[in-house]
Amino acid sequence: MLEGNVASQGAGTSEGAYAVEMVGIRRHFPGVDALKGVDLKVGVGEIHGLAGENGAGKSTLMKILSGAERKDAGHIILNGKEVHMSGPADALALGISTVYQETSLAPHLSVAENLFVGRWPKFAGGVIDRRRLMREAELVLERLGVELPLRAQVNRLTIAQQQMTEIARALSHDVNVLILDEPTSALADNEVAALFAVLRDLKAQGISVIFISHELDEMLELCDRISVMRDGELVGERAAAETNVLELVRMMVGRTLGEMYPKRAVPVGEELLRVEGLRVRSKKSAVSFSVRAGEVVGFAGLLGAGRTSLMQAVVGAVPSEAGRIYVRGRPVRVRNPEHAIRQGIGYLTDDRRRTGLAGVLGVGQNLTLASLPQFARVGVIKSRKEVRATSDMVEALRIVTPSLRQPVALLSGGNQQKTVLGRWLLADVDVLILDQPTRGIDVGAKLEIYGIINNLASAGKALILVSDYLPELLGMSDRVIVMREGGIIAEFDRAEATQEAVLLAASGHPPGRGGRATPSRGHGSGGTGAGTDGERATK
Amino acid sequence: MSTVGTQPEGSGPLGDIEQSKPVTSTDRRPRPGSDVEARTWLRRGLEQFGLALFVFALGAFLTAYTPHFLTGVNISALFVQMSIIAIIAVGQLMVIITAGIDLSVSSVVGLTGTLSTYLVVYSHTGVALGMFLGVLAGGAVGLVNGLLITKVGLPPFIATLATLSAVGGVALLMVNGQPVGAPPSFNVLGTGKLGPVPWAIIVMVIVAACGWFVLARTTLGRAIYAIGSNYQAARLSGIAVNRVLNTVYVIQGLLAGLSGVVVASLVLTGDPTSGTNYNLDSIAAVVIGGGSLFGGEGTVFGAMVGALLMELIANGSDLLNISTFWQEVILGIVIIIAIAYDQARRRALARR
Repeated sequence: MLEGNVASQGAGTSEGAYAVEMVGIRRHFPGVDALKGVDLKVGVGEIHGLAGENGAGKSTLMKILSGAERKDAGHIILNGKEVHMSGPADALALGISTVYQETSLAPHLSVAENLFVGRWPKFAGGVIDRRRLMREAELVLERLGVELPLRAQVNRLTIAQQQMTEIARALSHDVNVLILDEPTSALADNEVAALFAVLRDLKAQGISVIFISHELDEMLELCDRISVMRDGELVGERAAAETNVLELVRMMVGRTLGEMYPKRAVPVGEELLRVEGLRVRSKKSAVSFSVRAGEVVGFAGLLGAGRTSLMQAVVGAVPSEAGRIYVRGRPVRVRNPEHAIRQGIGYLTDDRRRTGLAGVLGVGQNLTLASLPQFARVGVIKSRKEVRATSDMVEALRIVTPSLRQPVALLSGGNQQKTVLGRWLLADVDVLILDQPTRGIDVGAKLEIYGIINNLASAGKALILVSDYLPELLGMSDRVIVMREGGIIAEFDRAEATQEAVLLAASGHPPGRGGRATPSRGHGSGGTGAGTDGERATK
Repeated sequence: MSTVGTQPEGSGPLGDIEQSKPVTSTDRRPRPGSDVEARTWLRRGLEQFGLALFVFALGAFLTAYTPHFLTGVNISALFVQMSIIAIIAVGQLMVIITAGIDLSVSSVVGLTGTLSTYLVVYSHTGVALGMFLGVLAGGAVGLVNGLLITKVGLPPFIATLATLSAVGGVALLMVNGQPVGAPPSFNVLGTGKLGPVPWAIIVMVIVAACGWFVLARTTLGRAIYAIGSNYQAARLSGIAVNRVLNTVYVIQGLLAGLSGVVVASLVLTGDPTSGTNYNLDSIAAVVIGGGSLFGGEGTVFGAMVGALLMELIANGSDLLNISTFWQEVILGIVIIIAIAYDQARRRALARR
């Protein structure tokens, strides 16, 4: 019928030619309306971009489409027929394949084995038919038009090759729709180009691609149409040829900052922390900045910009190769977090479950973890003092827990976050680095944490705020430093820092006016180093 | 607590989002006697004392069924036997709480027992000095274990497996594989008594009390739990993780050494192979007593009850004429039950 012809044009504009129609999709999580009735239409043989800030609902929407997440309401229509899915297997059977950001390959198996994991061609006795496996794997690669060492173990491949293996595996199923969640964040420029060539080829074969990325330039280059999401809603849809980065950023950002961020003006005092020429191992750029008493300095950047590894390097949790750290003007050596705390520098981790909480220990024990010496004499803990201090902290932060002994893993996200924050309040550090302090918690708890940030600033502490959520970052910071590929690319005063300017800088467009562009040493020569170990440097 | 029936369970990416429960001063903490409070207490009670009750019941059963159980001689012998495992179990407990394991115990027991008798017999050191040096040798092996783990970066399993082999070999080389007979004066820790109480039992009680104090009341103990619960969190909170781990393995080495000296004293022989069973016995005592191989959990009380249970099974089986082969089967089943319970509890915790 008509459909095939339209598909080959790739525009997918005419009625009835949609490979995917999602209508009125809703999803509620406790405390959050993640999706508030989203419509998404993707044409047959179209590459469709999905843009939006972190937390806008892109991933949840795609998880619903790939069967990994339930929807509370709405319809999914594939090629004109409504479908119902109860799990990822259903989605695969319907021809929807997904490549997630983090690789899900078995590192010790070969590429060919990974392509057909769980579906290996077998002889009657259950022994794998290696010859047939190789033949079928070659077919998949041929169809994809890429070359991969089929017999090589996956953990010896480059990140780009692994990504390609992942895509090849997705395509080894019978695929109509391919979903890619941030596939380029770990790739160098030439690898991105190779990936795009493959995707255009798939498009020519009539396969629809949904492409999620924070790199708007790439999205404009690759996609036919782009949908923009914000706060669980679809803000708009544009043909890529008729829009630009600025318009997309405006759509992503939308509202103006309201009274959500009760930033309090505090007189700024002496310089408490200065970092000079610090270079994290595996990063090309050296970084310098300083923070004063009473000041909140925000760090913005895309995923993999290197903010977390920089902050961990400041407290000695990851090795740095060069650079100096000064506390109150005095040079100090910080080889590990123990030294850092002794110098009055604390780091609240970006991932409370993996690197923040001692889950099976009680709330009280978690609270005093960074300040034990205060509560002990010759190594013996003064229990009464500890109990008094921790129950005061539970009271002050309004941590909801049945008792101080309650394993912290059993608390809700917001209360867990308040517990790790309380740990640093008890440690009474002068410089506190807050890495994603409000990630995954509800609005009420967020507001309480903003209040604590204000109080700390008023008390003359120096604060560093790392956040993926721009409204929060701009709302709470006196200054905003923007990082990209391991280096600092721009810095804005509170007055100059708009979401547009920060987002543009973070995606490689430092400001011509309004902000000071810092010379970016390592920037512009391909982004491999920044992406591979970027935001997950602790493990 | 009631949950709203229509509300979907938070799962997936936003699963840890806080339940949207209004925070008011009245529901801040569950009232005493509320469901949550009662369940927490019941669970804690069962965890802490369920095993002790079982051990008590087993003791009552043996008292009823054999007249030979509840006699001064038998009970004393039972606790002396238990002391060997119990002393090691205190060290093994600390190691396991850090999410580690020490498999070198068997060889350390053989080495220290042999070394101390050797010194007394061939170098004519006094009994006390010989024993002291034996214990120190255990601590030295512990230090090697610790450094292999913290400096070389070996997993505890591998590091201590290697020292198990190497130290076992050294013990055999020292005496050319032949057990050394000790002079009768070497029996202090084995059959010697303070009043009516054998020294071995007194040593065990002191070790257990110190172990409890360290784990429950000191910063070192808190650090041990924190490292086992979440290594990265402990490190980022400024805990000197390497120093703590080294200390723990040294303590474990010293205690295994002490136990080795007790064994040699008990049988008046320095036998390089005397410790063969103690690796698994000490680990079993810890896990039966609620210690978790995933780290972060375990108490001295639990480990002591675990050691007592194992000794009761052995002692009771002897008295009831159950073959030693069956004893091993029974012990195996007890371990399976203990670990299966631990796993089920962890899964329940992870689901929240």
